Parts: sequence; structure tokens; C-alpha cells
Amino acid sequence: MTVTILIPAPLRRFTEDRASVQVEAKTVGEALTKLDELYPGIRERICEPDGRVRRFVSIFVNGKDIRSLQGVETPLADGDEVGIIPAMAGGR
Amino acid sequence: MARRYEQLFQEIKRAIREVDVHQVYQQLRAGRRPVIIDVREREEWEQGYIPGAIFIPRGYLEMRIEEEVPEKSTPIYIYCAGGVRSAFAAKTLEELGYQNVYSVAGGFSAWKHAGYPFVTPRQWTREQLQRYSRHFLIPEVGEEGQARLLDSKVLIIGAGGLGSPAALYLAAAGVGTIGIVDADVVDLSNLQRQILHTTDRVGRPKTESARDTIQALNPDVNVVTHDVWLSSQTILDVLRDYDVIVNGADNFPTRYLVNDAAVLLGKPVVDGSIFRFDGQVTVYKPGEGPCYRCLYPEPPPPELAPSCDQAGVLGVLPGVIGVLQATEAMKLLLGIGEPLVGRVLLYDALVATFRELHVERDPECAACGPNSTLTVETIGQIDYQQSCILPVRRSVAD
Repeated sequence: MTVTILIPAPLRRFTEDRASVQVEAKTVGEALTKLDELYPGIRERICEPDGRVRRFVSIFVNGKDIRSLQGVETPLADGDEVGIIPAMAGGR
Repeated sequence: MARRYEQLFQEIKRAIREVDVHQVYQQLRAGRRPVIIDVREREEWEQGYIPGAIFIPRGYLEMRIEEEVPEKSTPIYIYCAGGVRSAFAAKTLEELGYQNVYSVAGGFSAWKHAGYPFVTPRQWTREQLQRYSRHFLIPEVGEEGQARLLDSKVLIIGAGGLGSPAALYLAAAGVGTIGIVDADVVDLSNLQRQILHTTDRVGRPKTESARDTIQALNPDVNVVTHDVWLSSQTILDVLRDYDVIVNGADNFPTRYLVNDAAVLLGKPVVDGSIFRFDGQVTVYKPGEGPCYRCLYPEPPPPELAPSCDQAGVLGVLPGVIGVLQATEAMKLLLGIGEPLVGRVLLYDALVATFRELHVERDPECAACGPNSTLTVETIGQIDYQQSCILPVRRSVAD
């Protein structure tokens, strides 16, 4: 399954400024692991050491929050879009 | 042969159908929401009108009726002061193809005489009629909506990148009370994007600068300045009087504080945030959709949360996001459209795309969930600068 991971601006310094990265993965968790293989260090910005998503990050599959799906176990299909949206406080 | 007026009127009266005021009242009472057109002049309308009536002065009737009532079979009740102008108006509508037109015999005088309820509209000044004329033309706003905006109170957190465009547009739209929270002074580095402020105001408090700009734009607006840093002790008193909160804060403690207080008070928050070329907007409406904590239970550690000061921001980006926030605030105030509740709109300025994310309430949410320990009594004890983490009561099932 080729899926597209959307990289938020604050994390693009890990991805050579790429706004999206394609990986082969069957679940959200696997997609994040593959992403970290390509760009080491990015995973710990998104996940706790035990694999749970960090509490200031939301992850979406095709626009749906994975908390309302199956979390990091959420299955992925070919062409799915995985969005990573960290909390941003900038207003001024 | 030319007819005299009296002769013409009698002919018209014979050609149209009439109902009495009691029949119209029965329709209203039954909740049928009949189409009622008031064809009098503005001065008469201002003295009072039948509830729900649409105001189209006789002189504009032919031009505007098809926009108001597109379906020609819709029953239409027309009234004027005494039933004469409405009789002529009814004839005209029949000529336009309306099949069920009724002139209300006795008109508004008979209605009032019968003791039926009527509405007295807001009195507009000549200047307001011009200033808000484009709003009056939109059925979703109209005079009623404009009156509602003027009676509304919006609190804007931060007179900065997001707060500037939001405040300007809400003021232009005639939101009657705009509160501005900011404890900073205008800095030259703000002017690349914070369009409330001007070069000659560098060094002055942002709240004062905001007030001057807003009042120059629209003197109808009452600007309330809150020249303070929001704290958990004062937040409830600041928020309490407002209908909608537009959040453009530049730091996490304020965002969590505003969220928690808004959840406690049941106030909707139109939230926006920006980072370089990216922005997001959503509406947190207590009871209807998720709150900020449902989406982000805790803030990131400071080293992972660069602010605009450190990361930079494209000057026009807060314009886009702040105006979206103002738009959502207007929708909430007017009760129209579909506010961004449970949806997050992401804007990527570089690629020029909007994405929509769907978010649900978190049943474990420490602020709006059933196990929340947050109360109006306890919020003042939390030091948000120290930690934004809220304790959650352990449920019995644990």
C-alpha cells in the first residue's frame, strides 16, 4: 500500500522541507515507522517511546481523526492520506 | 375612457381576493409561517409591523417580489395601513402570475385594533442605513441580522496578526461591542502583518491603538480594552459578558486557559493559529463539538513549540486566517450557515490548498468530558504558566 504522509511545517526540517512523503505501509503505526527510517528522529516528535501518539499531535487518515478510528492500528489502503497536525500557538 | 380613482379602486377590489386580520392571525398562530408582505413606506414600518412580515415598499414591489417569493403558487398576504395600497399591490402580483394573493382588509390599523402582536423594528439612523446597506440586501442578514450584530459582543484575544483582520472586519460589519485583550505595546516588527496598528503608534499599548483604528472605521462600535495578561483568576470575569470569543493568542498557556474558561461558561471560541505558511481555523462550541483539549490534550514542551517570534510568519497569512475567524464569528452571531464545529480547516499558502479535517469530542477530555474536574471554583487555582495539564477524575470503572 503506497500512502502519502503530509508533513506539517514545524517538522519539515526533518524531511528536507518536503511537505509530503510516500511510504509503503498497512497501518498508521507502520507508516510512522517507515517515515522514521527515511528521516531518523521525526518519529519521536510524533509518538511517545511506547508508540502512542503524543498528546499535542493529532493524526488523521483521509481527514478523519484516528482517535475515532483505530488509533495507530488504523489500517491504510492504497492512496490513503495520513495527516500529522501538531498544536500550533502562533497568532501574532 | 379614463376612470376616476374611486371607480378604479372598486374595480380592483372586485378583481382581487381579501382576507381579514383574524384569518392572518390564525395562520401565524398555527405556526404556518405564511408569507406576509408589508407594502407601506419605511416611516410606517418603523412604527411596527406584523411579526415575520417582509418589508417591500409598494414602489419596489414588482422589482423585488420574485427574489423574495420565487414560487408563484405560494400564498401571499399583503397589507398596508388600511387595505387600499395592498389591494392595488395584490392586483399587480396577480398580473405577475402569483396565483394565491390576498389583500388584508383593514391593514395594519385593523391588526393593531384587534390587539394582535406586532414588532417594532430598530430605528436606523440615515448613516446606518447607508453603512449597512449591503447587509440589508442579504436575506440571511437583513435588518434583523444587522440589529443582532449591533447588539452582539465579541472578545478578541490578542490584537496581533489574527486579531487585527478579525477586529477590523467585525467592526466594519457593525458588531456593536468588541473587546480586545492584549498587554503588549506596538513594536515595529509587528507592522509587517498586524494591520490594526500604524507606524506612528510604535510604543503605544496595542489595545489603545486597536481602539483608535476601530473607532475611526466605525463609530457604532463600542471598544472595550482589556490591557491585561489573562490569568486563571480573572478569565471568567473577562469572558462572561461576551457572546463569541475569537482566539488569536500567541502562546499555549493562554490557549488552554481560554479553552477551559469557555467550556465552563459555554461560550463558543473561534480558534485560529498560524506558522510560517500554514494556518488552521476551527470553532470550539461547548456541547456541540470538541474543545481544544479534545484535539490537543496537552501542549507540547516549549522546545518543540516555536512561536512566530522564533519561526517567522508570512505577513499576509494571518490575514487569511483572521478573516476566516471573523467569518465564523459572524455566522455564529447570526445563526446562519454551518460553522466549523468539529471541523478543522487547514490552509497551506505555499501550495494554495485548503484541507478539512474531522474531529470528534474526546469522551476522556479533561475539560469537556464527563470526568473533568474543572469547575468555576477550581479554575482560579490552576497556574497555566506552570502547567496546562488538567487532572481527570478517575471513573468508577477504573
